[in-house]
Amino acid sequence: MVVRIPTPLRSYTGQASRVEARGASLAAVLADLDRQFPGIRFRVVDEQGRLRRHMRVFVNDEMTRDLDTPLTDRDEVTFVQALSGGA
Amino acid sequence: MPGSPVLLVGTRKGVFFSSAAGTRSEWTLTGPDFLGHIAQHLVLDPRDRRTLVLAIRTGHLGPTVFRSNDFGRTWSEATRPPAFHSDDRLGRTVEAVFWLTPGHADEAGSWYAGASPQGLFRSDDSGDTWSPVDGWNDHPMWETWAEWPEQNTPDGSMLHSIIVDPRDATHLYLGLSSGGVFESIDAGKDWAPLNIGLASPLLEDVELEYGQDPHCVRQHPAAPDRLYQQNHCGIYRLDRPATRWERIGNQMPTDVGDIGFPIELHPRDPDTAWVFPMDGTDVWPRTSPDGRPAVYVTRDAGGSWARLDAGLPERAWFTVKRQAMCVDDSDPVGVYFGTTSGEIWASADEGASWRCIASHLPEIYSLEVADPVAELR
Repeated sequence: MVVRIPTPLRSYTGQASRVEARGASLAAVLADLDRQFPGIRFRVVDEQGRLRRHMRVFVNDEMTRDLDTPLTDRDEVTFVQALSGGA
Repeated sequence: MPGSPVLLVGTRKGVFFSSAAGTRSEWTLTGPDFLGHIAQHLVLDPRDRRTLVLAIRTGHLGPTVFRSNDFGRTWSEATRPPAFHSDDRLGRTVEAVFWLTPGHADEAGSWYAGASPQGLFRSDDSGDTWSPVDGWNDHPMWETWAEWPEQNTPDGSMLHSIIVDPRDATHLYLGLSSGGVFESIDAGKDWAPLNIGLASPLLEDVELEYGQDPHCVRQHPAAPDRLYQQNHCGIYRLDRPATRWERIGNQMPTDVGDIGFPIELHPRDPDTAWVFPMDGTDVWPRTSPDGRPAVYVTRDAGGSWARLDAGLPERAWFTVKRQAMCVDDSDPVGVYFGTTSGEIWASADEGASWRCIASHLPEIYSLEVADPVAELR
């Protein structure tokens, strides 16, 4: 499936804004992203497996914080930074 | 110092380097690297004089550590940044890596990191992988000492001032912004508070075993039994094996007070230390008292203090964070501080005179002197 990468994380993806990843859930997709782009997962998910406070994830048009959200290859995942986060 | 010093500048918007020529009279600023990142603390490994370790984060992304083995020409991210265990009993997560300390000279590649929340981490591979120091993070008293889950500092309570005794790698100190000073004599397996004599911001005239707010604790490099501390409630000195801190800030002028963030020590003279007082009155502006910036120095271990302001602006409301003051080991000693308003001020004569060597930088979080190997200057 297509995963959209926000600008601050593109240093991990070679500046790619859209990458392909596989997984039956958001957690699995994140694991696959980390396999392809080492280190990217920890910038998005903390060590307790929770989506970091100032990050947001959309599955298609639906925002979710549940990393167990089931996914299919037809879904599109978008990571964005929240409007919070400071100046 | 064999060569001219290089200042490592951590700012809210990236990393800068300021390099001196010859007599420390001309400084060249380079950077920023990591533009837009919050560069909390950048430290050179004094053991190899080429490895840099950088504690960094952004406002949104998780905290991490970057490393360079060529003094900043190239960087690589830590494979495993500081993090609590995934099954942490309290569900803690590192919000920021705040403080970096190289390990003992006999333990090449070892580093300690202090975090917010107040966790302690160690690396044995020059900052590539980090592990929790369980003896601290899981100490039975940790929740009490760290006032968990309260986060008492605006940016979160932090663990700082990690000190490794140069005589003994197993002898450690650390400071908690909410909790006090703690000591280990077994490489971090067990810890004990070391706060008798420190005033508390919470209760006056009461001696508390813990709960104080040390801002910066330093161990004298030439006299490791001597510790100095700039605390939320004054300037202190402790000569081990004593356990009671003495408030040497009582000798500061009363119209200036002895509140501040950083404290720096002369590299060779155990009786000399510099502080940057701040206004702790009313709502705690934390700027220069009465808007008149000055460094103060003691040359008699706190028995007396002298004002050093030649060359500083007559009126300025400077704030200098706890990691944003440093000294080199030249003779005379160079003293430096960086302000939250983005200026670096330098003295080549132990504070007798000052000049601004950089301005218009982002908010300065940390300032460290580095002495890299010649081929990497």
